This record gives sequence, structure tokens and C-alpha cells, in this order.
Amino acid sequence: MAEVAAMSHDLSYDLTIPVTGHDFLRAGEAASRIKKVLQALNLPPQVIRRASISAYEAEMNIIIHAYRGQLALKVTPEALTLVAEDEGPGIQNIDLAMQEGYSTAPDEIREMGFGAGMGLPNMKKSADRLTITSTVGQGTRVEIVIQLS
Amino acid sequence: MDYFHSVRLDKEKCKGCVNCIKKCPVEAIRVRHGKAEIMEERCIDCGECIRACPNHAKYAERDSVQDLALFSYTVALVAPSLYGQFRDNVSPARILAAVKALGFDDVCEVALGAEIVSQAVRDYFRANHHLRPLISSACPAVVRLIQVRFPALVDHIIPLESPMQVTASLMRQKAVQETGLAPERIGIFFLSPCPAKVTAVKNPVGGVPSEVDRVLAVADVFGRLLENLRQEEPCLTRADRLGIGWGASGGEVAAAGIENALIVDGIHNVISVLEEIELGRLGDIDFIEAQACPGGCVGGILNVNNRFVAGVRLRHLVRDLPAREPLSERLAAFGVPMPKVPEIEVKPRPIVHLDRDLRRAMQKLQQVQALMERLPGLDCGSCGAPTCRALAEDIAVGKALETDCIFKLREKIMALAQETYNLAQLVPPAMDQNRTSKGGEGDAT
Repeated sequence: MAEVAAMSHDLSYDLTIPVTGHDFLRAGEAASRIKKVLQALNLPPQVIRRASISAYEAEMNIIIHAYRGQLALKVTPEALTLVAEDEGPGIQNIDLAMQEGYSTAPDEIREMGFGAGMGLPNMKKSADRLTITSTVGQGTRVEIVIQLS
Repeated sequence: MDYFHSVRLDKEKCKGCVNCIKKCPVEAIRVRHGKAEIMEERCIDCGECIRACPNHAKYAERDSVQDLALFSYTVALVAPSLYGQFRDNVSPARILAAVKALGFDDVCEVALGAEIVSQAVRDYFRANHHLRPLISSACPAVVRLIQVRFPALVDHIIPLESPMQVTASLMRQKAVQETGLAPERIGIFFLSPCPAKVTAVKNPVGGVPSEVDRVLAVADVFGRLLENLRQEEPCLTRADRLGIGWGASGGEVAAAGIENALIVDGIHNVISVLEEIELGRLGDIDFIEAQACPGGCVGGILNVNNRFVAGVRLRHLVRDLPAREPLSERLAAFGVPMPKVPEIEVKPRPIVHLDRDLRRAMQKLQQVQALMERLPGLDCGSCGAPTCRALAEDIAVGKALETDCIFKLREKIMALAQETYNLAQLVPPAMDQNRTSKGGEGDAT
């Protein structure tokens, strides 16, 4: 059994996509790309949906708030992990940021229909586990995990 | 699994070009052995390939008017978009009389069923607050698109029978009452604007056999309809303008009276909206009216008139027709009670891309990724697949070869030619006059 576990541990699919802050023209491209990969892997539709929503919200967070960052997807037979890392202002108060409707997005971004303060709460709803670490003035790392088996 | 498809290929006419494979919204077509092949499990019968084929090699399977002889009593159902096929001064009462003159005992507008479904949609919408946006099930091609390409959105579909089905069961019930015939001796014929409706009848999404017995194409009978245009038969018009409005994009939303709705037509536009919903956006929209054909049903490929012209005609009609008494009163006068619109079961039917097994799918995806780096990325279609990515997936599942790509083949041939040239340079020592022997006394020229 140990051997199987090791083997399955080795077997993983990895994909890293860079995201540029304020690049609204390409908003959603990284999430769409991730969705297509998960479809190609034939994961259950609801898993794909939850992961796609998380990827989209993570991508938008980088575009709205950060200077640059990346989405890193890892799929193993056991779990799907999505890590969004950025260089940006960081989050002052993570508990507050997790509240529905709380947003620090500037007015012009809200006028575009983004920054409604639902990003992190939506990710939390979609994920089995969500971990945020952030250093003010440096950047943020959000990791979500969706169990597959 | 067996699938009935109304969209078919005429092999004689197919030249094996790439027009259809590039337009197919579900990448269901490959060119093989010089002919387009439809992958049955993927096809949604939207008819985009029929629209795209310059050789008219794609066609929609449908029934013939001759089948009228198979039934003792026949009823024609006309789609709302039929009214858009005639000039402004041709009234619905004349058009319906012309349809009846094809040899039917009775005619009914599907617009009547559309009114009934509009009310049911409104009721469903009010009773189901938990999920937004809800998506109309009116267009069968869109429903199938969601089943195969957006399976996670199946729950968003309002699972109600179509106006065509509702009208068909109403008319069968009425015909049985009036004639005393057994239900199966009554033939219900739908005059269809599109192949998706043919499929909806022959292979219904919910699995419940259709109340419609035969499907005719508007285009097939249009010439005879024009010849038949004479007297009006006002008693045949039973629908109100709101039901008639369903024939063009936006009609359902207007009839159901839903304020916060998004209206989208054209299958590729529909896909872009569904992509947004799948990414968790559009939760602030209540209702999506989505139709595969540009302009709605007036844009159906079995209709004859230009879709823009037909759209204008239909809008004029909806604007100018006088309002009628309420639906319940008209149905009572008609002699049938207000029917309850049955719910249908819409199941996800996701495309299996690489492999059902996750481990094998991951290995194949790695292979796809590696192939993508080698393929030219031109998406030219010459290999018979719509994109380089589709070819890479086909290769990974063993349905194609890397050398199906003409650019890869060319590279291989070049390498082979180089190798041949290199080999040709090698001459056996017995024949090689340039080769210096032991002491280097070559006969150099």
C-alpha cells in the first residue's frame, strides 16, 4: 500500500499561470484555463464548478488589489490545491476581509462591477479548506483545497 | 448509448473542408477519410454546421408531409416564428388557413402553449428563490449544450416542458374528445424552424416520449403555403401576442414578465454567458433567456426568411395585434382546462475528454501538454480536428497521430530527406574514387 501511496503521490498535474495587477482585459483568462484543465481531467462537474469559482475570485483579487501574482494549480488523485500568491499591499485585517460585503476596492473598481466584497467568502464556500497568510506591504498567499477522494 | 441526431451528413456532397469543424460549439466534428464525421455523444443538434457548410452536405433529418396519410385525424402545430416568414400584410388567420390546407384537420399555434409555459415559468421563478440565475429550457439546443459542456449548470435550468409539448398534448386531448378516435390514430405534426426541435421530438431530453408524432421543416412546405394563402380562418387563431413574441429573442422574457433578465442569442454568445455563470458571476441576474440561433427561433435554419427581416415582421405583429381575453377564458372557450406544465428531468451528460480514470487522465493531460509545445498552434484544421489542442487530445486518446499535422509531417519528411541525402553521400569503398586508400594515393580530381 505504501508503494501505491508513493506512486499516487508522484502523480500530479501542475499548472502555474501568471496574473498581472489591473489587467482587466484578461480578467478571467486564468480561471478559464484552469477550468478547461479540470474538464480535461474529467473531474466531477461540481468540483470543477467550485474550483473555477475559487480560481476566478483569486484571479480577480490579484487583478483588483495586487501588482502581480500567479495562480498555481496542483491536482493529485487525492486533492485539488489552488495557491494564489501575489506581490501587493497585503491584507490589514484578514477576519474583516473574510466578511461578506467587506471590501477595500477603490470606487472606480466597484463601478466596474468588481470588488463587491464577496471574493474571499465565495472562495471559502467553494473550498474544503482555505488558508490565508498576508504581510502588509508585501503580499498575500491564499491556498484552497478541494478533496477529491 | 444510442443517440438520435437530426443533424446528418450527405457524404456525396462533403468535400472534407474545415468549415464545419471550426464552427461546431462542442468540437464534435472531425474530418476522417475526406469526410466530416460527427461524434454522436457530443453533438447537440444546434445546426451550426448546417449553417457553415458551403456544400450543403450537412442537413437536418425530418419527416415528410406524406406521413399525413398514416393517421385518421391530423393536427398541425406552428411555431411562433412562422409568422415572421411572410410579409406584414399576411395575417396569422390567413397563414393558419394555408397550413390547414396542406391537408390537416386542425391547426394550432404553439404560441398558445407558450402562453401557458410563460405562466409556469413565472410561477417556478417565484417559488425557487435559492438559485440564480435560472436558465430557460425553451431552446433544446441550449439545454443539450448545458448537459454536455456545462454539466454543473444543469440545476439552473427551469425544468419545464416546452410550449411545443404542451400544445401537442392539449391538441391530442381535444382531438380525442371531438373525434372519439384512439389517441394513437391522431397525428400531431410540428412545423419546425430548427433541427434541435426534431431531436427534441425523436429523443426527448427528459426521456418521456413526445406528444408530437412527426416534425416537418418550414422550408419544405413553404412553397405550398404561399400557394395556399387565400381566405382567413379567424377561428384558428387562439394565441395572444405575448405567446407569438416567443418566436424571436426576448419574447419569453416579455411574456413571463421577468424584470431582471439577460437575453442572449447565437450559440457562441450563449457559451460566453454560460462561462460567466460557471465562474460564479451573474448571480445578480434572475433569469437567462438563451437561444442557440441568432435572433431566436426566427433565425432557425429550417426557416426561409432572412432572420433580421423575420424579426422585424414578428415584432410588428406583436405590436399591432389587439390584446385578447385572458388565457383561462380562451382555453375554456376552446373546451380544455388550463393544463399543468409537466416538469422534465435534465441530467448532466458531460463529455469525457481524456479518461474516466483520474490517474490515466492526468497522464494523458501531461501528454497533451507536451504535444501542445510541439504542435504549431495555428489551429488550421488540416488534420481534421478544429484546433491544435483538439488534435493533441485526440492523439492522447489514440484517435489521431502526431503526423496528422501537416506541419509535423513536413518536418518529418524534411528530416527524412536530409537523412536520405546523408546516406546518399556514403559510397561503398569499392566504388569511391575519391576515397584515399592506405597510403593516401587517391586519384583526386
